[in-house]
Amino acid sequence: MSVQNLNTFDPFADEGDPLGSTQDVGSQQNYIHIRIQQRNGRKTLTTLQGLPKEYDLKKLLKAFKKEFACNGTLVDDEEAGQVIQLQGDQRLKISNFLVEEGIPKASIKVHGF
Amino acid sequence: MASEEPLFDPSLKKRKKKTVAFSEDPLGADADPTTPAPAEIDNVATNGDAVDMGPTTVHEQMKQNEAAGEDSEKKEEDDLKAMFGDLKKKKKKKEIPLDLGEDNSGTSTPVPAAASEDLDFSDLKKKKKKSSKKAALDLEAFEKELQEAKAQDAAEDEGEEGAVPEADEGELGDDPFARAGETGVSLDSGSEPWLGSDRDYTYEELLHRFYAQLHASNPTLLTSAGKRYTIAPPQIMREGNKKTIFANVSDICKRMHRQPEHVIQYMFAEMGTTGSVDGSGRLVIKGRFQQKQIEHVLRRYIVEYVTCKTCKSPDTILTKENRIFFMSCESCGSRRSVNPIKTGFQAQVGRRSKNKTG
Repeated sequence: MSVQNLNTFDPFADEGDPLGSTQDVGSQQNYIHIRIQQRNGRKTLTTLQGLPKEYDLKKLLKAFKKEFACNGTLVDDEEAGQVIQLQGDQRLKISNFLVEEGIPKASIKVHGF
Repeated sequence: MASEEPLFDPSLKKRKKKTVAFSEDPLGADADPTTPAPAEIDNVATNGDAVDMGPTTVHEQMKQNEAAGEDSEKKEEDDLKAMFGDLKKKKKKKEIPLDLGEDNSGTSTPVPAAASEDLDFSDLKKKKKKSSKKAALDLEAFEKELQEAKAQDAAEDEGEEGAVPEADEGELGDDPFARAGETGVSLDSGSEPWLGSDRDYTYEELLHRFYAQLHASNPTLLTSAGKRYTIAPPQIMREGNKKTIFANVSDICKRMHRQPEHVIQYMFAEMGTTGSVDGSGRLVIKGRFQQKQIEHVLRRYIVEYVTCKTCKSPDTILTKENRIFFMSCESCGSRRSVNPIKTGFQAQVGRRSKNKTG
């Protein structure tokens, strides 16, 4: 057992630039983003971005397509990495699906109107 | 674009003005911390009767209030409403009319049912303090009051300032209204009950005094508070077939005290579209959107970038430091960083030939 109060801690130690070391200060790095985009007419497009690496997006896409009865594709983006695109407004369905699969709801962000 | 930009510049200036208006806001923010307290005052005013009157039980108090008639009942109801409704502003708003009502009732209503004797006595105490202040002769006043107490003639009109001599007191019956009025007047006129006596003033009395003086010196504190929560609904028009005009975006930004660019940037990022600001300060959004949708986006903007996460107050300022936005609350002083607005992945929509990068 260690007494925390007795630890030596130099409050004036130089920690460097607090914002320098972590490049994602205030960024939403851990969120899963579900977005919607308008296409022509009433058509829309749903994008799913930021899924953790442990999920196989290809299998997920297949499950989405089957479950939501829509087409979709996997897009490689240099910034966002792999992004699932689905036809139509599938935001709520995706969010429900992911929550049921055990992804914490707080980490899912649904954007759009 | 070239035509738009010069027109857009005035709006930039406007924005500066808005920030000025923002700096006004601290007033409102200052008002905020005071808001809960007036409720206390009200409570104390209702209870305050009892407190000042001395040994009245809650039951007696209730009786008294019942006897006091509709006004006080209404007042209590309002108090309850104000207490249960979370809206602090409401409390504030209600407070003044209530006080006025008390005053009116105190002056206008003649003599309703006589109250119990101990009430009389406590009333006398109060009278003593006040009248002694006016007469500057404690003993005389006290003696007079004692006599009156014996005579069961409660004086009530002591609330009506120094103009009413003590001789009048005997004529007027004991009136709960008067007492209510008295407290109200005492609040207003700043005649403190402890002036005549040797006792120490209590915290509540001092609090009364403080708020009475505060509101007397700047009455705007009470009136200016309510409007902040309301934001006009967005006015949406369709321009042509595929563009939407958001007409009152600048007004809404002003209400929220945010830079229009920030709001617009957020909206575009959320809705996954683009647009521009036209000559008359309206926002032209590409795509078809309904008012409901825009409102939804605005709501989320307010939740994320306007209301303080700690105290839920909308009195916040957004500042940018080191490329990071910080939101500092004007009412509770908390400060936190907010998420940067990121567009995220934008899928290729439409013809590729139109897109330069694709």
